[in-house]
Amino acid sequence: MAELGKTDEPQDATPNVSEVDVVDAHSEEEAVAAIEAPVERGEPILQVRDLKKHFPLTQGILFKRQIGAVKAVDGVSFDLYQGETLGIVGESGCGKSTVAKLLMHLERATAGEIFYKGQDITKLSGRALKAVRRNIQMVFQDPYTSLNPRMTVGDIIGEPFDIHPEVAPKGDRRRKVQELLDVVGLNPEYINRYPHQFSGGQRQRIGIARGLALNPEIIICDEPVSALDVSVQAQVINLMERLQEEFNLSYIFIAHDLSIVRHISDRVGVMYLGKMAEIGTDEQIYDHPTHPYTQALLSAVPVPDPEAREHRDRIILTGDVPSPANPPSGCRFRTRCWKAQDKCAEEVPLLAIPERFKGSDSPAAHESACHFAEEKDVVHAA
Amino acid sequence: MTTIEEVVPAPSPRDAGADGGPLLEVRDLHVEFHTRDGVVKAVNGVNYSVNAGETLAVLGESGSGKSVTAQAIMGILDMPPAKIPQGEIRFRGQDMLTMSAEERRKIRGRRIAMIFQDALSSLNPVLTVGYQLGEMFRVHQGLSKKDAKAKAIELMDRVKIPAAAARVNDYPHQFSGGMRQRIMIAMALALEPDLIIADEPTTALDVTVQAQVMDLLAELQREYNMGLILITHDLGVVADVADKIAVMYAGRIVEQAPVHELYKRPAHPYTRGLLDSIPRLDQKGQELYAIKGLPPNLLRVPTGCAFNPRCPKAQDICRTQIPDLLPVTERDGGELPGRASACHFWKETIHG
Repeated sequence: MAELGKTDEPQDATPNVSEVDVVDAHSEEEAVAAIEAPVERGEPILQVRDLKKHFPLTQGILFKRQIGAVKAVDGVSFDLYQGETLGIVGESGCGKSTVAKLLMHLERATAGEIFYKGQDITKLSGRALKAVRRNIQMVFQDPYTSLNPRMTVGDIIGEPFDIHPEVAPKGDRRRKVQELLDVVGLNPEYINRYPHQFSGGQRQRIGIARGLALNPEIIICDEPVSALDVSVQAQVINLMERLQEEFNLSYIFIAHDLSIVRHISDRVGVMYLGKMAEIGTDEQIYDHPTHPYTQALLSAVPVPDPEAREHRDRIILTGDVPSPANPPSGCRFRTRCWKAQDKCAEEVPLLAIPERFKGSDSPAAHESACHFAEEKDVVHAA
Repeated sequence: MTTIEEVVPAPSPRDAGADGGPLLEVRDLHVEFHTRDGVVKAVNGVNYSVNAGETLAVLGESGSGKSVTAQAIMGILDMPPAKIPQGEIRFRGQDMLTMSAEERRKIRGRRIAMIFQDALSSLNPVLTVGYQLGEMFRVHQGLSKKDAKAKAIELMDRVKIPAAAARVNDYPHQFSGGMRQRIMIAMALALEPDLIIADEPTTALDVTVQAQVMDLLAELQREYNMGLILITHDLGVVADVADKIAVMYAGRIVEQAPVHELYKRPAHPYTRGLLDSIPRLDQKGQELYAIKGLPPNLLRVPTGCAFNPRCPKAQDICRTQIPDLLPVTERDGGELPGRASACHFWKETIHG
């Protein structure tokens, strides 16, 4: 298994991400102390380096042989700064949810590092890992299945306190849960109700309250509004923005609705087949995309303006996303790319500022993993 | 199994609206569900019509009755618990609700077809896609198994499934989401119906695949001059493909308008709220506009206008009197063809 991660592929040169300030902790106490230390606003809080997750494909029942691997995440690097929202977009199967699970340490990474305040959480265990988990919480996609139907709302939101009793002493829990209900805009009287007595939007608020229970620093939101009605989505987005202000949270916001991601994110990363295709500020990605996949993705989004439909320059991709068990050689997007040339099949493009934009002030100068990166404004194309 | 139905030469499908009327007309349709908790009034007097070659988008949130209306048109509601106490569904002038089951069966699939949202659960997992596609030809046209399969391959080609001949014997789980949805479309198209009802056809798909599927649907619609009823909650998709729009809320149509008009000047506070809650570029960093409150429980629809508890403009009259869907006019009384709004204060809403 360990060999899987070690490939001869060149690693992404990431000039924009800062050096990781690794904290050498020799004992568990030191590690916990490093994790509890506060981080200044705008400083990196989470640094992901060349993260990989390969799920083995096996054959045989008694004697299992590995015949391959699904490369769900294959070398992803990014930084999350304190107080910002990093949006991650991509089609289903691109590995964005696996990244979320890896960050939560719900899946063990095949290779790569995740530094939380300078501590590599992939190597932590025991008390230090518990402390990290308290600080990174998650809000799930489907509020209908992520709440236990046999538990009351009070039990659901209070359950994190059973695992981390230091946050709320036993006698204090009920009051704490009611406070949380109030914070997310639900009536504190509802503490003894069951999930089925709530609507979708209210359930998502319960999920958010559970995520907030332990005063985390990072909340990972995996498609938090995609299961909700349009009129309710805006309410939940507003709530999340308010909470970010109030509790000084950093968000990783995974979604496929590009307009919502743009609204809430400070920076956006575009993933394709386990790799980051392009990453930059929301303006750089949406108004000055340089990777052809980003351009195709943006142009495919239906614009809620009927005037735009006659003169839009749509890029319609052919075919489906290739299987991550057998990704194309070289650039992974080349099988669907209209610009693909021989070089794309041979050489893996690195995530870096394209040569032609290097040193320029133009918003096109952001990291893009394409040999032939060029700017194309697809959103405003008229 | 031989076909039960004798093969009648289907009336030429392109004599659309021989009487000049619309292809499909829904008049004052009511649907209710009798449950243990009471009567759920899912649809309360819906009127709309579709012409050949036209796309009507029905926009609404979950529970607005948009899918139930479609199921009533197709005749696939489970009755009981559902009941249609009143209303007419006229297909080429004939009321389908008074037809015999046998007559409706001849229309369903052949003249009106439906595309469902979730292709994986709508296809039978234990039958090959070729068999399922061929069923249309075997049942409706009495073709042999061999001929039906040949037709199935032809259909798969037409919806641009690569290597159709090789994949005809594959099972649904062997296809990707976009390909499955293409198979659903192929199945709906099999007998070249006059009208297709697409219930959230792309909701489960990624945007790049959604663009492919919507393109295909539009191309086929043009080719066959079909009417299309597109049921969705996505304001973006509607703006892309619709000719006219009906906005539904709590089982009623609250606004009807041609597509350009609706986005430019909504005449109902609900429509306006929906449009305002779309994140726009210039609002970055600000709070999104949100319609307050929740969609109503259909067991206890608010009295008066169902939208009144959430409406920023609600007055006393809104809490007592149900507004009718009335034509909307210009400020000077000039006609606005195709526009109607069910709001007591549509004048204020549209003319500011």
